[in-house]
Amino acid sequence: MYLSRRQTMALGTAALVFGPRIAWATATDDAIAEFTGGADVAEATGLTLTAPEIAENGNTVPIEVDAPGAESIIVLASGNPNPDVGTFAFGPLAASQMASTRIRLAGTQDVVAVAKMADGTFQRASQEVKVTIGGCGG
Amino acid sequence: MAENVTPRVRVPSKASAGEEITIKTLISHPMESGQRKDKEGNIIPRSIIHRFVTTFNGETVIDVTMEPAISTNPYFEFVAKVPESGTFEFTWFDDDGSEYTESKDVTVG
Amino acid sequence: MMKMTLTSSGLILAALGGAAFAQEEPELVINGEIPITTRAEAPASVEGALPEVISGWEFRSPETQSLEEDDFENPGMIFVDDARAQFDTAMGPDDQACSSCHDTPEDLAGARAVYPKWDEEHGEVQTLEMQVNECLTERMSTDAWEYTSNDMTNMMALLASVSRGMPVNVAIDGPAQSTWEQGKDIYYTRYGQLELACANCHEDNYGNMLRADHLSQGQINGFPAYRLKNAQLNSVHDRFKGCIRDTRAETFEPGSPEFIALELYVASRGNGLSVEGPSVRN
Repeated sequence: MYLSRRQTMALGTAALVFGPRIAWATATDDAIAEFTGGADVAEATGLTLTAPEIAENGNTVPIEVDAPGAESIIVLASGNPNPDVGTFAFGPLAASQMASTRIRLAGTQDVVAVAKMADGTFQRASQEVKVTIGGCGG
Repeated sequence: MAENVTPRVRVPSKASAGEEITIKTLISHPMESGQRKDKEGNIIPRSIIHRFVTTFNGETVIDVTMEPAISTNPYFEFVAKVPESGTFEFTWFDDDGSEYTESKDVTVG
Repeated sequence: MMKMTLTSSGLILAALGGAAFAQEEPELVINGEIPITTRAEAPASVEGALPEVISGWEFRSPETQSLEEDDFENPGMIFVDDARAQFDTAMGPDDQACSSCHDTPEDLAGARAVYPKWDEEHGEVQTLEMQVNECLTERMSTDAWEYTSNDMTNMMALLASVSRGMPVNVAIDGPAQSTWEQGKDIYYTRYGQLELACANCHEDNYGNMLRADHLSQGQINGFPAYRLKNAQLNSVHDRFKGCIRDTRAETFEPGSPEFIALELYVASRGNGLSVEGPSVRN
């Protein structure tokens, strides 16, 4: 199939505006729903997500989650092709329900954490991380 | 098994009973995401560590499910409590079925 | 009352002074015990072209900087561990290991700081990689490592790590001088379709933005560098190759006489900065 430059641009724009955004939002919502079993999710009061406002390189972005008493915390990168990042489940010998790691972000986006609290309720925190573009190709 | 996988773990060797201790772990692993293409344009198949578990004397401290968005050479930091002397066991589970393990003794006194 | 006011304003001044200092010049201390000089008086080799010399560490974000403050957080140290194991591994027909002659890597502390240097026996300037390969082929009767292979770059990281905190101090006079002059020529030569010399970015424009990135002085005291971009150790010559490629030029090869000369020259521009490798960079 031959597409003129204008048609290609129109398709590209449509994909950019609608395709991925809907797909990503859905994928993130789906991942949260799977984690919560469809239960309500409250805004965070006992969950802290720490991430840099500006990440120098999207390949290695330090993040930390902390939710005193939580059973488990899922982390999602809403702008990645696949939003799943990881799930931290805390055992009886976790002194506190915190963990930090380094993650990949495909671009500027919201990082989302959802915690399953000790009473079985769910809380959500999110933080926008701007991912900068490096200087040279090398 | 991915080549040259080296686990590193930092745990204090001594603690007082019930003390909270910070644990850091780092393991060398490419964490190939399955999203990249090689020079010929073929998708490089996913090959990651998908789970990381820490136990102390058999009881769970943390159990992490990992996805391809975890960076190359995965790093974790978390906090454990040690009720008595014993051994931390750290296990990383690779997509290819390999398991990498490390253990550290802690003396409570 | 008067006295109290004086005391508290004195405290405020002290606090402000401390904060301003911390903001202007972040200080790097590795593992809380190895102070690193990341900013030094310009050495003679710079010939007045820079007011002072600054490690690439200072151009990075606080998150990236902190990765280098603790060996455990520095992913480059994984490869130092690998090299440490290699150091004790017997190779070649006579089952010789690095440790057969050198006992421990710490015995080689200081070596990184003075390479590249003139080698009398071979009548040439040698890089530390060449010295390692000389050990492999001449003392251990085994095969040389490829110049930027993992084995070699890991060993460079180990040898740098045991010299951390020592000032870079490469000699540029005597028999090394002509090689240094050649390196200087390369540093100031415009290459590629973009017609860029090393100096155009790293001397004329350090501290300025290149897209969203801060241009550094291109110092090599922190090599090998663990780059977040490719999540691996990067050797000096691979970095040179990347830079020249980015000018859209045919590049010199790692280990070539041109890059050896350039390494001597660029290393000399960092005389006085601490050996810092394996560093963590963007």
